[in-house]
Amino acid sequence: MTTLVPARLRPGDRARVASVGLRARRLRSALSALGIAIGTAAIVAVLGLSSSSQAGLLSEIDRLGTNLLTAESGQSFSGDAARLPPEAPARISRLTAVEQVADTATIATANVYRSPLIPPVSTNALKVRAADLNLLPVVATGVAQGRWLNSATATKPVVVLGAVAAQRLGIDRVRPGQRVWLGGQWFYVAGILRPAVLAPEIDTSALIGYPAAQRYLNYASIVHGTVTQGPPSTVYVRCRTDQVDAVHEVLARTADPESPNEVDVSRPSDALTARAAASGAFNSLFLGLGVVALIVGAVGVANIMIISVLERRSEIGLRRALGATRGQIRAQFLSEAIVLAFLGGAVGVAAGVLATAVYATTKHWAIVVPAEAWTGGIGSAILIGALAGLLPALRASRMAPTEALRTV
Amino acid sequence: MRPTRAALELEAVTKVYGERPPVLALRGVTFSVRKGELVAIVGPSGSGKTTLLHVMGTLERPTGGTVRIDGVDIDRLDDRGLSALRARSIGFVFQQFFLAEHSTVLDNVADGLLYAGVEVRERRRRALAALERVGLADRASARPTQMSGGQRQRVAIARALVGRPAIVLADEPTGNLDSVTGASIIELLHELNAEGATIVVITHDAELAADLPRQVHVRDGRIVSDSAHDPDPDDRATPRTTGARVPVGAEQEDRS
Ligand SMILES: Nc1ncnc2c1ncn2[C@@H]1O[C@H](COP(=O)(O)OP(=O)(O)OP(=O)(O)O)[C@@H](O)[C@H]1O
Ligand SMILES: [Mg+2]
Repeated sequence: MTTLVPARLRPGDRARVASVGLRARRLRSALSALGIAIGTAAIVAVLGLSSSSQAGLLSEIDRLGTNLLTAESGQSFSGDAARLPPEAPARISRLTAVEQVADTATIATANVYRSPLIPPVSTNALKVRAADLNLLPVVATGVAQGRWLNSATATKPVVVLGAVAAQRLGIDRVRPGQRVWLGGQWFYVAGILRPAVLAPEIDTSALIGYPAAQRYLNYASIVHGTVTQGPPSTVYVRCRTDQVDAVHEVLARTADPESPNEVDVSRPSDALTARAAASGAFNSLFLGLGVVALIVGAVGVANIMIISVLERRSEIGLRRALGATRGQIRAQFLSEAIVLAFLGGAVGVAAGVLATAVYATTKHWAIVVPAEAWTGGIGSAILIGALAGLLPALRASRMAPTEALRTV
Repeated sequence: MRPTRAALELEAVTKVYGERPPVLALRGVTFSVRKGELVAIVGPSGSGKTTLLHVMGTLERPTGGTVRIDGVDIDRLDDRGLSALRARSIGFVFQQFFLAEHSTVLDNVADGLLYAGVEVRERRRRALAALERVGLADRASARPTQMSGGQRQRVAIARALVGRPAIVLADEPTGNLDSVTGASIIELLHELNAEGATIVVITHDAELAADLPRQVHVRDGRIVSDSAHDPDPDDRATPRTTGARVPVGAEQEDRS
């Protein structure tokens, strides 16, 4: 006698059986999967958007260059603003790994105003700075309007305004004869700069040439008894990308061998990178909302499956009569719940990716959806489907065939 | 030893439902169906016909006694074994048809082979043949909801027959149909039986049962008559008149 072993369903038949309930009640299935779709969409979009914005910020930082270092005069022990030695830029440029050096000097005695009628206290938090002529390429910015200083205008009462400074002074365009009241006299505005992301202090500056600072504002230093331009308060250093750490190490000592502690050395791109890393953190609220939506979705799927099992008693009874084992009934309802949740998850991932793509494109960011986001979204949807479907599937499989057939 | 093995054998089968109070749905039923037979089980409402069908179809285990399907004692089988047995050897026709509304007629019939492990194209091929047999081949792609009651019952019969089971069990297959349509279904069962199918039809309609070659009368969970064991061979032509007179005890001698 042949032993009676139930035939295994083929994969195609399993898929067919798992989807009959969904195909029969499309609208209801779609609605019950909606919660999971919304949940995964929220999670994927949040992760995608924060990754994309991070990528956008990082590529911006890359474009600006990560090889910029600044050496600034810190506070001396007496509390005065310390100055860098006048020869600091020259010494720094002698380091082999250094490619470009430019410096600025904050002129604390002078302020810039729209006109002499403005009360002196209304400085708008703007600073007057003397600048090297090669400053712009070193801090990776350029002129938005007008011109940058040249060797001629650097000796004249001519000023170039940082982006924020121009805004605060109410100068949106460079017109011929445009002047500002700077250090007690008129300076002509030659140009307005674009924002300098790596050196935001430039944005709030009115920049003049060193010779002009010496001539009109008496800003000078005395080296070996002769009056010369000077002393810088910030030195901007571009160095070889692979040598940034080495230069960072020696920069303070090189700038001021006598009191290296009074020199603050920083790498502006580090602060930006830290900001990029931090930009992912504020999204935890939305992530939490996504998780809540997923849980609500799971309850929805479980609910619909329990109703479905009750409604489909006669189908269960019929299948048992046709020879389905308890295991096959259990597998049918479990896989139905998983398919339902998977479809919800897939739609959610697609919606999340789409939202990321649209937003990132408008912001000109690279579209980055981390693999964990969509694999995690689909994976958690499947897991949720399995959990939500477990109880209904067990119920369906434990139903006696006759009970299922007698109640119509 | 046995020239024609029985398709179905019941020996002293009892079925008790519930505890307080226990309902004795079957009180010692013994009878057998030979291969190729067409049997009507007749009895009033509540006499235990459906219970009997469920026990014969292994959808329910008896409380006592032995059930053998196609020579297999179902007591020796676990739930998986019973499922495999149903998939292979038993076809059901129910009063309520139980067709899947969202599948085509063809797929409904093909589902009769789903759990027998037959590949889908072969299932459909055999389903089409079965539909042809019940005269509905042209409606293969229709939905059950687009069909009349009689047509639906034909579809259900095709589904029960598609796997060529050792035995087909039909519970009130005409119960939801008008008398003309019901008669045509009985006619169809006759034809299918003539082609070799073993069929047990449950009905409370004694008139319909009278058209079938053998009638087993059930009352209060007992067989009260079985035309197959009528002592007078002349009476076989008119079993209804004699059936009720056969004593219950006579059943015990059956096939033992
Ligand atoms: N699951 C159950 N629990 C308790 N009692 C049951 C159960 N199923 C059937 N019964 C009882 O068993 C007896 C036989 O029922 P069954 O359904 O077999 O009768 P039937 O002959 O098919 O009747 P009908 O012609 O009305 O369909 C009835 O008294 C019924 O109440
Ligand atoms: Mg009944």
